[in-house]
Amino acid sequence: MTQTQKFVRTQDAPLLSPPATERGITGWLWHNIFSSMADFNSVSAAVRSLVMVVFSVGLVYLFVGQIYGLLDFAIFSAVFSDPEGQKRVACWTTAQGGALVEGWHAACWPFVWAKQKFIMFGAYPSESLWRVYLVLFAGAIGLGWVMLERMPYRKHVGISMLTIYPLAVFILLTGGNSEASYGNIGLWLFVGLAFITIGRLGRSGYLGDVTRDLASIFGLLGWTIVIFNAVRGIAAYDFNLQPVDTGDWGGLLITLVVAVTGIAASLPMGIVLALGRRSQMPIVRVLCTIFIEFWRGVPLITVLFMASVMLPLFLPAGVNFDNLLRALIGIMLFSAAYMAEVVRGGLQAIDKGQYEGAQAMGLSYWQTMRLVVLPQALTHVIPGIVNTFIGLFKDTTLVSIVGIFDLLGAGQSAVADAAWSTPVQAITIYLYIGCVFFIFCFGMSRYSIYMENKLSKSRSH
Amino acid sequence: MAMPSENAAVSTSKMQITDELMITMENVNKWFGNFHVLRDINLQVNKGERIVICGPSGSGKSTLIRCLNRLEEHQAGTITVQGITLNNDLKNIDEIRREVGMVFQHFNLFPHLTILENCTLAPIWVRNMPKADAEEIAMKYLERVKIPEQAHKYPGQLSGGQQQRVAIARSLCMEPKLMLFDEPTSALDPEMIKEVLDTMVGLAEDGMSMICVTHEMGFARKVANRVIFMDEGQVIEEKDPEEFFNNPENERTKLFLSQILDH
Repeated sequence: MTQTQKFVRTQDAPLLSPPATERGITGWLWHNIFSSMADFNSVSAAVRSLVMVVFSVGLVYLFVGQIYGLLDFAIFSAVFSDPEGQKRVACWTTAQGGALVEGWHAACWPFVWAKQKFIMFGAYPSESLWRVYLVLFAGAIGLGWVMLERMPYRKHVGISMLTIYPLAVFILLTGGNSEASYGNIGLWLFVGLAFITIGRLGRSGYLGDVTRDLASIFGLLGWTIVIFNAVRGIAAYDFNLQPVDTGDWGGLLITLVVAVTGIAASLPMGIVLALGRRSQMPIVRVLCTIFIEFWRGVPLITVLFMASVMLPLFLPAGVNFDNLLRALIGIMLFSAAYMAEVVRGGLQAIDKGQYEGAQAMGLSYWQTMRLVVLPQALTHVIPGIVNTFIGLFKDTTLVSIVGIFDLLGAGQSAVADAAWSTPVQAITIYLYIGCVFFIFCFGMSRYSIYMENKLSKSRSH
Repeated sequence: MAMPSENAAVSTSKMQITDELMITMENVNKWFGNFHVLRDINLQVNKGERIVICGPSGSGKSTLIRCLNRLEEHQAGTITVQGITLNNDLKNIDEIRREVGMVFQHFNLFPHLTILENCTLAPIWVRNMPKADAEEIAMKYLERVKIPEQAHKYPGQLSGGQQQRVAIARSLCMEPKLMLFDEPTSALDPEMIKEVLDTMVGLAEDGMSMICVTHEMGFARKVANRVIFMDEGQVIEEKDPEEFFNNPENERTKLFLSQILDH
């Protein structure tokens, strides 16, 4: 019989600092660049390393070349100013009748400066532009305030941004004084208050069991009606602002209005739809499923065409919806359906134990969702949510097919101006519009990554 | 299996069993689809009682205690908790859940909230308690489970044993009349079982009524005044612990005890 091996430690093994390949700049360079091309210990490893070297150098060369080409077009060779007011001639080569050298091919920025107001705000009247500036300025400040963690009263600012701000935007941009009779509004307010009262009474059990189960639905419906009509009432007030028809809005203004409305509406609607689709109540579940599947099943272009061309045919004569409003509603419903599925993915990732833990302590369904389930589910799907936001932001360009001039549409109609006709006219404007889109989308993307890191840090495992 | 040999260490001064009925289950039956998971359960629990339920896996022990706070719905028979009958009336269910605390095998702490927020959530939202009061109570119970210094950490930063103690404190913050424990130590590493069991023993010494589903036979001997053995959805044997361990009568009980006590 062999003896069992025996070992008893009498002295601790020494604690050493890591080797150079694990530390500092050398370590970083090694791990991220050189470790894949430094192995020459065998023939196959050496071949692999050499291939990596060739591949890496080639990629860097291509990348640098492309970047240089872009910078050359946009900056180094570009025409920036048109001091003599020559318009298109400023960007013409000698052969075309201008002063630039033959073969010149770069951006013609004076054209963009000249069209700046149109690309940004469309045909919005110049004397009322201060209203747009005010809206954008307040929006940027409010958004920045909510996004920066150090700011005081973030919650209050956030709530104002979701309540007072949209109303102010509506009044400022349209001019308010919308058509509505106060008698009609009063009637609806009364209906809404009646619903709320039924909900309240139902909850306390005065009206029997059925009403108690439906109490929250009555309450929700009542509040929706009351808030909607209160907004109608305020919007109908005459603030002595010059009315601006939405047909005159355009450019970046339209893009932002459509995208922000879609984004702000799609998240709450998506959450409600996702909860509905997972509901225990068959009617709610079926309705939500049908809604989601219908809107996901049709292309956005079809939705926009339906909203702008077909819908008026079904409405009684004389009833006229604003074209922009119709497109907005279409986009909201469309993106809500997409958002619902993203949120549902997050809900499915939540362990059953979380629901049980909350229920066992006596939290109600809505409390469980709001305090326990949704905060976790939404954190899981931040990438998916922001993905949908970015997709929605870019999809707003589709509204140009129903005669609404968004950023891209405004740019395209600017290209039609013969006074600036040059071979680089269209490329310049598309480059510019591409940059504007990139700034917004990349900003959203970075902020979502920042949020992910922040949330995962505070919940480190 | 933790098997402390000294039983005498438990102080019994407050462990008074009263005549006040806390739970009655009469002819309770439950099915999962076609599977008859609870078969004709009859059980009475008085205030101050400490009951341990054991049995092989799949025998319905967890389902039984989950029926007591309506995490599972029973299909036949009546369950009455603190004089309130469990039926589809949400009001009754809410009332019972406020009085009955539950501790789960996998803790079910909320990972996005700090330990303190985990503990104050239900008192604030269910009992409508002001935040400061809720935090005071939470700290009191966190001290009692001996982890007040972790109050501002997140559950993911704690060990399993600490998490389970937080879960116990979280239930206690609702000041329940009865605690249900659903295999509270089954998911823990061996060296952490003791700290959780010690907390539970402390609770029992303070006179808390409790029903524990557990395989910790040492705990059963030390604390329980009744042990219930279940198999295939039925109560097979129900006795005081001394009698249960020394003199099991049903063959299935004998087999089960021989299987878990052999090591």
